[in-house]
Amino acid sequence: MQPLSQLATGQQAVISAIEAEESLFHRLSALGFRVGKPLSIMRRASFNGPLQVRLGTTDVILRASEASHIKINPI
Amino acid sequence: MKRIALLGMPNTGKSTLFNRISGASARVGNWPGITVDLLSAKILLGGHIAELIDLPGIYDLHGFSEDEQVVRHFLTNNPFDLLIVLLNSTQIERQLSLLLQLKKLGVPIVLVLNMADEARRAGITIDTENLAAALALPVISISAKYGEGLPKALTTAAHILNEQKATTNPKSINLLLQEESLIEREMEDLIQKHVQIPATLTDYTTDKIDRILLHKWLGLPMFFAAMFLLFQFIFTVGGPLQDGLAWVLDLVRSSMLEPLFSTSPEWLKGLMLDGIYNGIATVAAFVPIIVLFFLVMSMVEDSGYLSRAAFLMDALMAKMGLDGRGFVMMLMGFGCNVPAIMGTRIMRSRPMRLLTMLVIPFSLCSARLQVFIFMIAALFSTKHAPIVLFSLYVMSFLTMFLTAVLFQNQYKNSEPFILELPPYRFPTPRQIVLRGWQEVKHFLNRASKFIILGVILVWLLTNFPSNVAPASVGTYAGQIGVFFGPILDPIGINHELAIALIFGFVAKEIVIGALAVIYGMQGDALMSQIAGQIDWVQAMSFMLFTLIYTPCLSTIATIRNESKSTAFMWLSIAWSLGLAWIVSFVFYQGARALGY
Ligand SMILES: Nc1nc2c(ncn2[C@@H]2O[C@H](COP(=O)(O)OP(=O)(O)OP(=O)(O)O)[C@@H](O)[C@H]2O)c(=O)[nH]1
Ligand SMILES: [Mg+2]
Repeated sequence: MQPLSQLATGQQAVISAIEAEESLFHRLSALGFRVGKPLSIMRRASFNGPLQVRLGTTDVILRASEASHIKINPI
Repeated sequence: MKRIALLGMPNTGKSTLFNRISGASARVGNWPGITVDLLSAKILLGGHIAELIDLPGIYDLHGFSEDEQVVRHFLTNNPFDLLIVLLNSTQIERQLSLLLQLKKLGVPIVLVLNMADEARRAGITIDTENLAAALALPVISISAKYGEGLPKALTTAAHILNEQKATTNPKSINLLLQEESLIEREMEDLIQKHVQIPATLTDYTTDKIDRILLHKWLGLPMFFAAMFLLFQFIFTVGGPLQDGLAWVLDLVRSSMLEPLFSTSPEWLKGLMLDGIYNGIATVAAFVPIIVLFFLVMSMVEDSGYLSRAAFLMDALMAKMGLDGRGFVMMLMGFGCNVPAIMGTRIMRSRPMRLLTMLVIPFSLCSARLQVFIFMIAALFSTKHAPIVLFSLYVMSFLTMFLTAVLFQNQYKNSEPFILELPPYRFPTPRQIVLRGWQEVKHFLNRASKFIILGVILVWLLTNFPSNVAPASVGTYAGQIGVFFGPILDPIGINHELAIALIFGFVAKEIVIGALAVIYGMQGDALMSQIAGQIDWVQAMSFMLFTLIYTPCLSTIATIRNESKSTAFMWLSIAWSLGLAWIVSFVFYQGARALGY
């Protein structure tokens, strides 16, 4: 188990836990971040910018600091 | 009257459907958070008049940003008869959660699965019949953008309205707004049974475009290059149109209005022709450029590029205490600052909202664009014109960045940055025309409100007292100019321009109208008169001042309303006035010192 922020670009993974305070948790879950869901990182913006994450049919961008609340298992 | 509300996650096409059904023209854009306030329209449905309400998007019933609170407030304070819940069919596997939450409220619901066209292309099949049975709700697949499935959705809605007796009770809804953890399992079950999603869903076109536009190193340079080209395009295409219209308006004056007023008293002729007509005609000549500008703007907004711009710029914005969404608001501000300031409602942290609101007024809006195009055409060669205009846009960004950097410690925040990246879309001709027309209406509305009044006032100031020569130092306008001389002389702004600036405080559209009245001229004659009186350094200083000092009264009122703080409003005014003066001073004195 590792934070999403450390996942390599292009590598597939499955969400194993979401450790965020309530409002962040709700927003993440509405955007499709739920335990057991597969995802991958499409690209990272330069200068340590946000990650583009693909979750099923949705693409989401989020900062590494937010991504570190999401724990994943690479597959 | 029956009341129907449109509800769904952001960017699912609620406003598109609202426009389709009601014929209204709510703003539509491929950006989650275009609608931030309630909009309502009367429609005829099943033989009754009903009120249709467009709501901001919500992700769930727990959100607490300002736009989401608008929805909660609506649900808990207004009885309604029907909820039309919109989901994006291509994202049904996650958006269904909102429907299931809403269903717990026990209100009458019609589920509308929008973007049927995109779902089809993505190979997603939804068994609406069985899904309807499983949910015990009517489920209709539509495409709000192209109108597919609309009649069926409307008859279903009408049917429910006609059958049902009591409206919902807001109080009981309030009690029910609590989470249900079972929703997740229920959702998965429904999706598995009734929806087929291909294992690898990729929108190849979007991916291909993104590979170029979101390129690690070329993304940002390409963004600025594209912006330069777009403005170049507006300038080269719009310029001749503007000249043509100005020529026609001049012809109207000389061949129709002058004969008409030839027998009226001198003052009336002056007021009507040199005052009102000149003022309005000068402003009206800009309508083609404004329309063109908004056509381009609506294409950019609808393309989905705004979220990409947020992606590219977020790292830089983070250094200034803002985030990628703040950058998008700056870009929206290029159209008009007011909706951009309201757009900050999608931010939850108050400090970040305030910081973004402090920054937006420096965004070079379309009204200021008119002033600049006018001044640039008067004082710069066609070769230099695009560069001067572009440098003003650069200046606009620089003042925004500077403001954010200077104030970020006052507005520290830790707002999470999470944003959907929608697929690229292209607006239909209908959407483009609707938007263009909307902007013309908006312009005419402002024109009738401010410009006529402003122009008359300027005419009075420059023509009274009547015992001195018009527009001379002896007139009221001249006296005002002399009064402000000590502040404005050091930045190269003469008395005529000073009057225009003062009226520009109300709305920038008045600035060139006022100049037309002050000089009693119009079109080319006015431009060459101004060019004879000031040089390019003064013109640039005037434009810098116009860019930076407070956009207009509506923007100030919006800042006051959105921040709910008069002190903050004054801070914004004082800071922009101060910064405008300093920048113009440094530029003007610097250029003079260098011998220009
Ligand atoms: N392909 C397709 N695109 C659609 C359809 N309906 C809406 N869109 C597009 O989806 C985007 C969002 O539409 P809006 O009507 O602004 O969505 P909204 O739900 O009002 O969004 P917010 O106000 O931000 O919550 C726009 O680019 C629309 O053109 C549809 O049926 N098919
Ligand atoms: Mg909307």
